[in-house]
Amino acid sequence: MGSRSSHAARIPDVDSIRRETGFSQASLLRLYHRFRALDWNEKGYLSRVDLQQIGALAVNPLGDRIIDSFFPDGSLHLDFPGFVRVLARFRPVDDEDNRNRDPKEPEPLNSRMNKLRFAFQLYDLDRDGKISRQEMLQVLRLMVGVQVTEEQLESIADRTVQEADEDGDGAVSFLEFAKSLEKMNIEQKMSIRILK
Amino acid sequence: MLRAALPLLGLPLAGAGATEEPTQEPGSPGEPPPGLALFRWQWHEVEAPYLVALWILVASLAKIVFHLSRKVTSLVPESCLLILLGLVLGGIVLAVAKKAEYQLEPGTFFLFLLPPIVLDSGYFMPSRLFFDNLGAILTYAVVGTLWNAFTTGAALWGLQQAGLVAPRVQAGLLDFLLFGSLISAVDPVAVLAVFEEVHVNETLFIIVFGESLLNDAVTVVLYKVCNSFVEMGSANVQATDYLKGVASLFVVSLGGAAVGLVFAFLLALTTRFTKRVRIIEPLLVFLLAYAAYLTAEMASLSAILAVTMCGLGCKKYVEANISHKSRTAVKYTMKTLASCAETIIFMLLGISAVDSSKWAWDSGLVLGTLFFILFFRALGVVLQTWVLNQFRLVPLDKIDQVVMSYGGLRGAVAFALVILLDRTKIPAKDYFVATTIVVVFFTVIVQGLTIKPLVKWLKVKRSEHHKPTLNQELHEHTFDHILAAVEDVVGHHGYHYWRDRWEQFDKKYLSQLLMRRSAYRIRDQIWDVYYRLNIRDAISFVDQGGHVLSSTGLTLPSMPSRNSVAETSVTNLLRESGSGACLDLQVIDTVRSGRDREDAVMHHLLCGGLYKPRYRYKASCSRHFISEDAQERQDKEVFQQNMKRRLESFKSTKHNICFTKSKPRPRKAGRKKKDGMANTEATNGKPPRDLGFQDTAAVILTVESEEEEDSDSSETEKEDDEGIIFVARATSEVLQEGKVSGLNCGTDCAP
Repeated sequence: MGSRSSHAARIPDVDSIRRETGFSQASLLRLYHRFRALDWNEKGYLSRVDLQQIGALAVNPLGDRIIDSFFPDGSLHLDFPGFVRVLARFRPVDDEDNRNRDPKEPEPLNSRMNKLRFAFQLYDLDRDGKISRQEMLQVLRLMVGVQVTEEQLESIADRTVQEADEDGDGAVSFLEFAKSLEKMNIEQKMSIRILK
Repeated sequence: MLRAALPLLGLPLAGAGATEEPTQEPGSPGEPPPGLALFRWQWHEVEAPYLVALWILVASLAKIVFHLSRKVTSLVPESCLLILLGLVLGGIVLAVAKKAEYQLEPGTFFLFLLPPIVLDSGYFMPSRLFFDNLGAILTYAVVGTLWNAFTTGAALWGLQQAGLVAPRVQAGLLDFLLFGSLISAVDPVAVLAVFEEVHVNETLFIIVFGESLLNDAVTVVLYKVCNSFVEMGSANVQATDYLKGVASLFVVSLGGAAVGLVFAFLLALTTRFTKRVRIIEPLLVFLLAYAAYLTAEMASLSAILAVTMCGLGCKKYVEANISHKSRTAVKYTMKTLASCAETIIFMLLGISAVDSSKWAWDSGLVLGTLFFILFFRALGVVLQTWVLNQFRLVPLDKIDQVVMSYGGLRGAVAFALVILLDRTKIPAKDYFVATTIVVVFFTVIVQGLTIKPLVKWLKVKRSEHHKPTLNQELHEHTFDHILAAVEDVVGHHGYHYWRDRWEQFDKKYLSQLLMRRSAYRIRDQIWDVYYRLNIRDAISFVDQGGHVLSSTGLTLPSMPSRNSVAETSVTNLLRESGSGACLDLQVIDTVRSGRDREDAVMHHLLCGGLYKPRYRYKASCSRHFISEDAQERQDKEVFQQNMKRRLESFKSTKHNICFTKSKPRPRKAGRKKKDGMANTEATNGKPPRDLGFQDTAAVILTVESEEEEDSDSSETEKEDDEGIIFVARATSEVLQEGKVSGLNCGTDCAP
């Protein structure tokens, strides 16, 4: 489709977005079209309702939390740079990126640490940097079916926090969280291949 | 009907006569006529349909017997069992009647047994997935089949030249090419039967299955071309004939597809007008689809392509037009017919193998064929995948390729085609028949049996072996859910220019023409309706919120997405006077499989309890299971909880209207109550909570629109008192946030 390059010009601030997120031109264009498609009454921004329209999110236990993560700090409107910034976390990790990177620059958005941070924020609702037992319990409540009783959930939450908690403060900090997941292939699990 | 049933029986009429004694006639010459006979045995009159019914009955009983044993069915795919049963039955018939009867006759097969299966597949094919992968499917179907045919044929000929095939097999290069063309086609019946049991990801499934459907055109053309070349004699073939062969490929495939689309259009158009004659709707669907098949067959075009296109094309409009009951009727009938046809085919395959007068054995040919089809298929798949991966968004990895090459099953189509060969023109026919039988049996039985363990082994091999901690398990699920959600936000397959254009065209012209006007209009209005709903009812609905959502009468509605609203049959719009939720939506039927792991105690509990993320594992087009299962239950639960939470957040922010500086909000019709509230300014300095009334209201309405009609439209009338109480209750929450006391507002906010 030869007209693609002219479309790219329509995206506001496309160069700064590209630098910040590392997306390729084609991916950005794809995301822009998706943004426009979601914004069906052409307001120029997305609201929570627009994201809630995506039916599949309503049957995802974490759907609402993910929607909230698009609206940091309680804002109401999601513009395209913000949209892309969140999605940049899910860019597949390119090895060449890491090699050529200037170590003085901030980590790219899709590094392993940043991916973990994104997940951590989903757990840590009050943003105090720790997942308390209460927050773990809340997540468990979301993710576990109704046949598991409240007491069982509480004991699972206890065990989970205990397992990960190394300094004994009864909560899981980000470093402890990262440590408990060091064997997991985060780069693969939190990457969407079509976002290059 | 009698005439039609004759081919099914073939010879056996005579055979039946031989075995079933004409002692049914009570009179024999010497006796005096017995007067008014109380009871007469009229076998010959009912013979043909009776036998047909009997066969179908035997097939169904066999299925019941198989499924009695869970263990057996989990190991052995049904198709294998059926073929083996057929072998046994054939053996019995042979022993009893001393001659083989009840063969798989090509006429019956192509006219009666194949169409239901193909129709079922085409109708229930996930069209979005199909068109997304169309490039890959077409490549494998066309290029792959051609490659297989030529290489196998040439290799067999080479084998003969090398002397490994006995010279009594008199076949030249053209004969081998002909044989190659009919043996190389992947069979939709067999593929579907086996892949249902193996849970592969949906992309893989649609590619293999789509390939098996679309390669029909190529097979038909190759077969006919080679056949006519053989008949003409290889000396008489000229260059123009080759060109004509190539051209006929396009004619056959595109022509078949065009026929299918024409009939799809007709079907959609007719169903638009059946509002008063609902009872004939299912009949129309079947008749027109079958007519498409027969028309294509008559014109020597690809009939399978015609039916597939017909099913794919008409589904959206037909589902929008016909009534709910008709939809169910169509679905069940199609599945029944298809399942029945499949059973009969496999059984007849087994039976036909027993008749040794039809085939002749040559080991070199048989073994060579087996080896070559496997080898060349694998090679072909690897090469094509390498090429395709350069262009695909989501590349096909090694496991996919293994499954694809191993899953190329041959089946009844090959067998029927080989039986159709003319023995006078092709002296080696018997050897070909034997080889085909062996190949079909091998692929269906051996490959069918082993593909499941193979896939499991490959997958297990990939994943690491470590005992996951509780944390890891929980977080792994979390990540999977996150990934699934973000994929949904991004829209998996990206943005497709052509699909968008098609959808616009469809919306503007086709849907208006083909869909019943009421269905079409409603589709657009659903989205406007959010803003027209009376907020009063929204709030009263909220108060019922907990009650409604916990009612077990809820069925999972199909999520209206902008492009697929054809699934909803809206019985009542959200009216402006707003009696609340009245959309009657349909249950989705999907069959998914989940992950399974074993662990002790807490692991077990956690595993058992955690919601399964949406992997791309799905047995779509499943013929055997139409019922709801764990995934749907999970979806229901999660949905209810999500909606409950959304309502809760709405509840807790609703009263904020009283406390916020009234921002000028866009005026919408019918929002009387809201305006009233917004005007009362018991304010404090706190800026409005940004969740926004508008947004949450719409949230509710989303919920409302997805409730079933019978859930309390009557209960939306609420006491005014509740409103005050409600606000008062909410006040305490608000107080915690340090706001001005709500009592002040309470009275002001009273509705």
